[in-house]
Parts: sequence; structure tokens; C-alpha cells
Amino acid sequence: MGVSAGHLLALAAVLFSIGLAGVLLRRQLILVLMSVELMLNAVNITLVTAARWLVDIDGHVYVFFSLSVAAAEVAVGLALVVTVFRALGRSDADDADTLYG
Amino acid sequence: MASSVAFGVVAGALVLSALAVILSRNLVHAALAMAAHFSLTAALYVLLHAPLLAAVQLLVYAGAIMVLFLFAVMIVGERDVGRRESLAGQRVLAVLGLAVLGAVLVFAVVGGVPAAGPSADAPPVPAEFGSPAAVAGALFRRHVFPFEVVSVLLLVAMIGAVVLARSRPAEGAPAEPPPGEEGG
Repeated sequence: MGVSAGHLLALAAVLFSIGLAGVLLRRQLILVLMSVELMLNAVNITLVTAARWLVDIDGHVYVFFSLSVAAAEVAVGLALVVTVFRALGRSDADDADTLYG
Repeated sequence: MASSVAFGVVAGALVLSALAVILSRNLVHAALAMAAHFSLTAALYVLLHAPLLAAVQLLVYAGAIMVLFLFAVMIVGERDVGRRESLAGQRVLAVLGLAVLGAVLVFAVVGGVPAAGPSADAPPVPAEFGSPAAVAGALFRRHVFPFEVVSVLLLVAMIGAVVLARSRPAEGAPAEPPPGEEGG
């Protein structure tokens, strides 16, 4: 039996859930950003799968846009992580609690 | 069928490398697992007739983004700070929410995809599908305006990153933690 679109969509759903687990369960900011990248990557797999089964090249174009947004997000996000580290000496999500009531 | 075996191997390795990213205690190990994950994604793209995207995936994700992450790890340090929980019950709620989300996603994929459509075998594609010429034809004709907007977005992100990460002389030594910081 061959591979169907359902298999690949299920794979993308599993990878997205793993990335979300990383965002929710880890506190280290760099690891949270990495998990966000995993989620974006899973969505890209969904888009490429759709392009393959619908024989529509637009899916590949959307992956390009998603990739550009991911690159921009990583650049700004890592700059924020470095800024938090400089200000607090640590880069844990729970350390930035100055405004916590 | 050979391609089914290739799909299975790549899919299993993708899941394992993703788990390695979120479970590793060492940030460098997580970064290496993520490089493997992105390279495997490129292999999946090749299997899905997207050779140009596979090349871009290797250049941008496994190349540029990984270098950015490794620079940040170099600045911040590879240690992972504790596993203390500042929000009571957050971890339990997270696992519960993840279980619900996983169930909904599996239900949507298994039950929602019509049997006659995408769940059938992959339709044949023309030989030039996914080639640079085909992608560029769509990118620079129908999607040329979003393409230009993305270039503005990248410029803004670049300026923002430079402004944020620039060390200010007034703060003294930038990488030095301030004294008297209360520990958690």
C-alpha cells in the first residue's frame, strides 16, 4: 500500500503537537523558539503535501513565504533572548517576572 | 514499494529528532537534533517532488537559522536552568490540552479527508513540477505583491534584530549578569 496524503497530514499533526509540547513544557527561551520552529516546519510539510496531491505549485510558494516569516521571527526572537539574558543574567521564561503581581 | 519504505524511514526519523529537540537537557544537543530534523524535512520534500524547496530548506533552515541558534546558544550558555514550575498546575494543564489537541487533529485527518480526494494515491505530476522555473513562474507572476511585502518584512526584522541586540555602552559589560539578582 502506498503513502496517502492522510499519512503525511498525520505526520505533520504529530510533529506540530511535539512542537507545541516543547513550547508548553520547556522554560528555556531558546528551546521555546526551537519548538516554534518545529511547529512552523510541520505546517510547511502540510503545505507541500497539499501541493503534491492537488498538483498545484501555489503550495510551494506559500512555503517560501512561511520560511521567510520563520527567518524573520528567529532573528527578532533570538535578539530578544539575548537582550533578556543581558538584563537578567538568565534566559528562562520564568525569570522575566518583574511585572508579575 | 520503495518510496513507501523511504517515507516510513524519513517519517520515523522526523518524529524521533523532534522528540530529541524538546527532550534534551543540553541546548547544543537540541540544536544538533534540530539540524537533523530540518535535513530530514528536506529529504521528505525531495520525496514529494519539491526539489527546489528541499534545497531552500537546507540553505535557510539547516544553514542560516541553525547558525543563528548556535550563536544564541554561544552567548546564553548551553545549560538548562532548572525545571521549577512557577505557575501551579501549568504542566498538567499543558499535557491535558495536548491530549485534546492530538485527538482533534487525528480525528480531523482520519475522518475529515474525503476518501475520493487526497487520501487516494498521489496523482502523477508533470516532470517540471517543483522545479525552479515552475516555482518562479508562480512566485513572480501571481504572487509578486506578497513577495515584495515579505522583502519589507525581512528588512524590518533585520533592523529590529540589530537594534535589540546592540550593546549599549551605558550598561557596562553586556554579557555580565547584574549583581544581587534574586534567584528563583
